[in-house]
Amino acid sequence: MNVHEYQAKNLFKEYHIPVPQGGLATTAREARSVADSLTGPVWVVKAQIHAGGRGKGGGVKVVHSAAEAEAAASKILGMILVTPQTGPQGKQVHKVWIEQGTDISRELYLAVVLDRSAGCLAVMASPAGGMDIEEVAVQTPERIFTTHVIPGEPLWPFQARKLLFGCGLDPKQVLSGAALIQNLVRLAWEKEATLVEINPLALTIDGRLLALDGKINFDESALKRHNEIAALEDPSETDLLERQAVDMGLNYIRLSGNVGTMVNGAGLAMATMDVIKQAGAEPANFLDVGGGASEEMVTKGFEVILSDPNVKAILINIFGGILRCDTLASGVVAAAKKVNLKVPLVVRLEGTNVEDGRRILGESGLHFEVAGSLSEAAAKIALVTGGVS
Amino acid sequence: MSILLNKDSRLVIQGMTGKEGLFHAEQMIEYGSQVVAGVTPGKAGQEVLGVPIFNTVAEAVATTKANVSVIFVPAMMAADAACEAAEAGVKLVVVITEHIPVMDMIRVKPFLKAHQTDMIGPNCPGIISPGQCKAGIMPGYIHKQGSIGIISRSGTLTYEVVDQITKAGMGQSTCIGIGGDPIIGLHFIDLLKLFAEDKDTEAVCLIGEIGGDAEEKAAAYITNSRYPKPVFGFIAGLTAPPGKRMGHAGAIISGSKGRAGDKIAAMEAAGIHVVKTLGQFGQQVAETLKSRS
Repeated sequence: MNVHEYQAKNLFKEYHIPVPQGGLATTAREARSVADSLTGPVWVVKAQIHAGGRGKGGGVKVVHSAAEAEAAASKILGMILVTPQTGPQGKQVHKVWIEQGTDISRELYLAVVLDRSAGCLAVMASPAGGMDIEEVAVQTPERIFTTHVIPGEPLWPFQARKLLFGCGLDPKQVLSGAALIQNLVRLAWEKEATLVEINPLALTIDGRLLALDGKINFDESALKRHNEIAALEDPSETDLLERQAVDMGLNYIRLSGNVGTMVNGAGLAMATMDVIKQAGAEPANFLDVGGGASEEMVTKGFEVILSDPNVKAILINIFGGILRCDTLASGVVAAAKKVNLKVPLVVRLEGTNVEDGRRILGESGLHFEVAGSLSEAAAKIALVTGGVS
Repeated sequence: MSILLNKDSRLVIQGMTGKEGLFHAEQMIEYGSQVVAGVTPGKAGQEVLGVPIFNTVAEAVATTKANVSVIFVPAMMAADAACEAAEAGVKLVVVITEHIPVMDMIRVKPFLKAHQTDMIGPNCPGIISPGQCKAGIMPGYIHKQGSIGIISRSGTLTYEVVDQITKAGMGQSTCIGIGGDPIIGLHFIDLLKLFAEDKDTEAVCLIGEIGGDAEEKAAAYITNSRYPKPVFGFIAGLTAPPGKRMGHAGAIISGSKGRAGDKIAAMEAAGIHVVKTLGQFGQQVAETLKSRS
């Protein structure tokens, strides 16, 4: 689960990681009074959406008076902000964060991140702050310094010092920076975040380190034991259909094609999308109804797929393992009748009692295309959507 | 023959009195697995499906000589269950449970290592050596005893591949679903090593997907070790949009962007037979192996 910059900064404060003074506003008038309450002469007004590159899209403005802050906020609030990370459809801005401007001497990069293959948290630092760190990794990998966190233990100060000396800080800055890094590691571990990123971490003209931005990704599996973190979720950040799907316990991602898919299991669902594309058609979604797919889940799956107006055909691919195909076929028939299915449906069933399952589909009186194999299913879908097969 | 699991394996089911645990314990027994004990703290003395239930794994092991644990314990308690099994001397722990917090698994890994216990999973279908023993939730009947080893990151996708292999007239030595979580126990390479030494495994299938760098690492291992057996590969997610789950910083750490194209290229460079169309997996394995013999 991602959070907004202002929420990340509030957590930073809680963990004694210095951030610029700031406040949140949902109206231009509020933005003005926040600016009034902060010392000038420069303020920054920042759109709060879950995506990076906000400055490039016009979502960050540097202003020189409270009146200018109000004007900037009135432009940003309500706008559809398009950044390299939002996709072309962009995201609507509902909140702005206004903070004191910072006199920056240098910008660093700092992150605590889950290292999947090492099986622990790692800390990364780079003197190339404020840039796309992926680019830095490709162009100048020697400018990224890494250290691993011993599971469940605080970071040793020497580990943090090594990173900061690597970034070229002077000894006094290294000592205060080491505490900051240790606190960042503690935040990641205690709040169970798989990514805590500060980019940029500013070194100010007067020698202080300040987190100018913050990105945190929390482990969703751990939210049950962190009510305070779960409460930070912003539902307006998710696609409406995706949100409905989550509420129904489905794993759904909307895509731009016109073939709706419903599959049990994430790996098979991805492979099914590949098969559709290889047959010349475009998937409209990724939908995993879970390894054990029940009639109820299938009905919910239909509802979610059909609420996407682009869908012109649906492919169901279920590998009935423990769940028997006859049970599942009855579920598909019942669900199709219930939602009054109008688009062509191709069903590919495999697994226990598959013959009974296919018979139930055949005798349902509904217009199903039943496919005997994956390749056949894809060819049939391509035919009904007009793609080449 | 097989790896990790055979006809002499003695299973203890942790969380056996729960709905999932009970259902799958019954399926395992039906398949012919030796389920010798169940563990649910506070329910000792009961018998479920003719199997004695114990309060602790240690008691279960002492009484029944169980040597493989299959865990169905709910997510927030599953890491604890895995460590309990390791401390009790169980050498293979199969964690079926999904949604276990990552920080829990970060603590579990070194604990298991200290006890020399191997883990499969979490968030996986488990392991099966067809005709001998099933320790997991996969449908047993699609499998057939044979000489193909299968290692997969996915659940139902594995069933699809197994089914095709069986229908193409071949069988499997052992099939392992290693799990889809960020932190897992045994990886592709650990299992490739075991399959290399198993004289009854003729070829190995690696079923991967986008994200992480497990496939690239496996490919490098196959090259560097001059792997002695033919390997077949498949990557799901060729057409998936850029991953939502992976933070870009995570991708840098792994040194890989986790893209399907990169994985396939790495596998092909290592001499792995990469199957591009899932529907043709079984057929392609059969034809390739036939043309070699």
